[in-house]
Amino acid sequence: MSLSLPDLGDLTPTDPNRRQGVLARIHLDLPLLLGLALICAFGSVILYSASGENAAQVERQLVRFGLAFVVLVGVAQIRPEQLYRWSPWLYVLGTLMLIGVLAFGDVGKGAQRWLDLGVIRFQPSEMVKLAVPMMIAWYLADKALPPASSRLAFAAVLIVLPVLLIAKQPDLGTSLLVASAGVFVLFLAGISWRLMGGLLALGAAAAPVLWLLMRDYQKQRVLTFLDPAKDPLGAGYHIIQSKIAIGSGGIWGKGWLNGTQSQLDFLPERHTDFIFAVLSEEFGLVGVVTLLLLYLFVILRGLYIATRAQDTFGRLLAGSLTLVFFVYLFVNAGMVSGLLPVVGVPLPLVSYGGTSLVTLMAGFGMLMSIHTHRKLLPR
Amino acid sequence: MQIKDHLREEQAFLSRAIIAALLVILVLGALVVRLAQLQVVEHAHYTTLSKDNRVKLVPLPPTRGLVYDRNGILLALNRPAYSLELVPERVEGDIDATLERLGEYIEIGEDDLERFHKLKRRKRRFDSVPVRVNLDLEEAAHFAVVSHLFPGVDIKAQLLRHYPFEEATAHVLGYVGRISRQDLETIEHSQYAGTSHIGKIGLEKTYESMLHGSVGVQQVEVNSVGRVVRVLEETPPVPGQDLHLHLDVRLQQIALDALGDNNGAVVALDPKTGGVLVLASKPGYNPNLFVEGISSKAYRALQGNRDNPLYDRALRGQYPPGSTVKPFIGLAGLETGTMRYDTSVYCPGFFQLPGHEHKYRDWKKGGHGLMDLDTAITQSCDVYYYKLAYEMGIDAMSEFLQQFGFGEKTGIDLSGESSGILPSREWKRKTKRQPWYPGETVISGIGQGYFLTTPIQLAAATAALANNGHLMSPRIVAFSETRPEYARTPLSSNDRPIPIQSQADWDDVHNALLHVVQGARGTARRIQTDFYSIAGKTGTAQVFSVAQEEEYIEEEVAKKHRDHALFVAYAPAEDPQIAIAVVVENGGSGSATAAPVARKVLDAYLLPRLYGEVAEPAVPRENPS
Repeated sequence: MSLSLPDLGDLTPTDPNRRQGVLARIHLDLPLLLGLALICAFGSVILYSASGENAAQVERQLVRFGLAFVVLVGVAQIRPEQLYRWSPWLYVLGTLMLIGVLAFGDVGKGAQRWLDLGVIRFQPSEMVKLAVPMMIAWYLADKALPPASSRLAFAAVLIVLPVLLIAKQPDLGTSLLVASAGVFVLFLAGISWRLMGGLLALGAAAAPVLWLLMRDYQKQRVLTFLDPAKDPLGAGYHIIQSKIAIGSGGIWGKGWLNGTQSQLDFLPERHTDFIFAVLSEEFGLVGVVTLLLLYLFVILRGLYIATRAQDTFGRLLAGSLTLVFFVYLFVNAGMVSGLLPVVGVPLPLVSYGGTSLVTLMAGFGMLMSIHTHRKLLPR
Repeated sequence: MQIKDHLREEQAFLSRAIIAALLVILVLGALVVRLAQLQVVEHAHYTTLSKDNRVKLVPLPPTRGLVYDRNGILLALNRPAYSLELVPERVEGDIDATLERLGEYIEIGEDDLERFHKLKRRKRRFDSVPVRVNLDLEEAAHFAVVSHLFPGVDIKAQLLRHYPFEEATAHVLGYVGRISRQDLETIEHSQYAGTSHIGKIGLEKTYESMLHGSVGVQQVEVNSVGRVVRVLEETPPVPGQDLHLHLDVRLQQIALDALGDNNGAVVALDPKTGGVLVLASKPGYNPNLFVEGISSKAYRALQGNRDNPLYDRALRGQYPPGSTVKPFIGLAGLETGTMRYDTSVYCPGFFQLPGHEHKYRDWKKGGHGLMDLDTAITQSCDVYYYKLAYEMGIDAMSEFLQQFGFGEKTGIDLSGESSGILPSREWKRKTKRQPWYPGETVISGIGQGYFLTTPIQLAAATAALANNGHLMSPRIVAFSETRPEYARTPLSSNDRPIPIQSQADWDDVHNALLHVVQGARGTARRIQTDFYSIAGKTGTAQVFSVAQEEEYIEEEVAKKHRDHALFVAYAPAEDPQIAIAVVVENGGSGSATAAPVARKVLDAYLLPRLYGEVAEPAVPRENPS
């Protein structure tokens, strides 16, 4: 046991570290943590059913949850000023690695997403999901808001560059998430509604450029995304089966492990992208609304943390990360319920798989860091 | 430039955050409305659809491509096999009790149970898990009689990979095995829907994408218990391509037999095409064990075996080339102008560096006397090469040898080959962080010291010597064939030409190699034949170094410390059709053990070609072990 006194410099009575006890001292936010843990727990229950009572698969997912929480706790220890300083470097590094992936990446499952660094295989697009909102927040934070139009134009370039690189892999789901992360920062920075509309129009105009960048087989893959009936294995079949699963679930659901759609093998990809349909079938509208309320709680808490942040960088970053989490949820649920076209975006924290899980939790770690590392500001 | 107004910005952010929150609630609300529409308003409709849900997609796995040798003999085929499978969900009562009751009718071993439990953990409960594989017809019939006692247990027929030549082709073909979790990370899942096996090693792995084919799909209507009533729509699978090899399995068997009880490797190439005629490594193993999942006991036995049967010596074994490197060094001496063909060197039985005491000894105690290039190759004089290497210097020597592919992978169409070591100043600085010493140049001259080569490398270099400077990447597969069109796609080798300073130099070395076998004092004169001419070079690689003043006496050294015997050759010398490299581990001298192995393979390949003798077609052995 060390006898040296801790630095009491900023432990004033109004300091949140003191008020909130142990969790705050290790820079965690209890409500947010609870919300995330509940979603993960509910998710594991659904996964057990969706995987056909495969205990090994659930165990692996639990291990991933554990790892992701470790990452969250680790990131929460990094001071926001540190994140601020790292932002441009992370952005440059991430963009270079995206170029590296296109040049020497591993082709895994038909798309070039992986970079083999010898020891680990790494997906730079995951890192960019965090680096882009950090970079835009960093760029806008030191000058007055709302940003002047010249600065806005440069910010737009900063967003578009990595988005195009990811789209070229091709990974449309991720490029959509990265683009929205950047645009949310601009929106939260207070740019006018007219400009907002202009940006969206610009995004729509960029689509043909993107199209020209793609090779033939990539175009084919996109066409399949947009028109599922073209897929011989039937993405259209996915949507029909998924709607039947949701609709037949009714208000109360068919009961855990009793969904005929999922258990009798009609529903494809039920433990990954289509797990939302399993939930709807077995737990009904009640179950779905419960999960949506948990998500809503996490999102509102995230936005609250953003408004309480002490500087512009923290505000913009926290707000954008929270809203991207919402985009995940909406794109996945919208796809499964037939509102949106089939885009490969997982249901956050619930779908089986580890890559996006770690990124999401690292993002929430940043939120907690922003909320719990407070300094006294002259007002 | 505007001044930052923190309070105003905070206010502005707050209003944007509130708008965002409202939007989130609005969108989630819309989502709930959509779900309510599906789950409440249209609930009855979807319940009906769910109850009448009769359309399923069934993947149709493609049949794996076959593998033939150069004479059209099947090396890998798909054989119908019966397996006893169990669907955990459909079993009434305890699964272990069911297995025990099953054991009364059909033999279920410890290995089977172990595999069953391992696979069951990985599968979903409505998936079928194999209990016993490779049932014979009698066993299948036996079970059919009592099958009504075992709900959820069924006999399944499927095509299983089979390798009729077992050990003889194990290292070349490799094997397929059940798709593992690691495999799943690198393959397109939908392409392997309905496929249970994937190439794990060897040719089966390198050519996986061609052998696999592509999956088909069937839209079927099922009845309420899940039985298929009719097929609505079908996209048939595309079968994998057949592969036709350069390999001659008859030759392969002869090479393995010729090795006798020794471990070792034999590689033979067609110097005109780079095609691999023989790629044999002894001992081998039975690849069929891996197809249905080898038991951990059998696997441990293979791994623990001191002869290392899983190790492919032909591609991965690294041996000092010994004297087999002398023709290449001799050619280097001529082509770099270090020595002339008729330069004489006196061999007193040892060599000393100027100003050093250490004696580099010749294998022949009394020495060879006066030597020139031809006699130095024919009688394998070490002192000549000590001196040549020393005068040429390590840089010129390794630069020249690199052109023959020493120290790098040959680029054969199989993965896992070793690169060997071509000693050089650069190599030593990089790997050992030490300067190069002149003494190391001296022993490199007879293929000792750091020098390491693989049998495939030796064969490729010998082929390049035989065909006048065309270093080709060896190729196992000659062409692939697409079914049912039988369209053939040839797979050719790439050719790296070696620059020739003077054709006369090459001819001198060719002649010297011919004298090794045909000459009266050649080290391999014992394998001489009247039917065709052989050019070759023997080699002996030290495993165990003998102290300066002691002598190596074969009978007194334990078998595992005995020298490796090597032999490289090509024939017929005037128009080479085959180049061969033989390594007999701990075989003693190259002339006594390795050269006769090569002679048997050369006879088997050349006699029918040159004299039109009809060779007996190869047949799989009953129990080759």
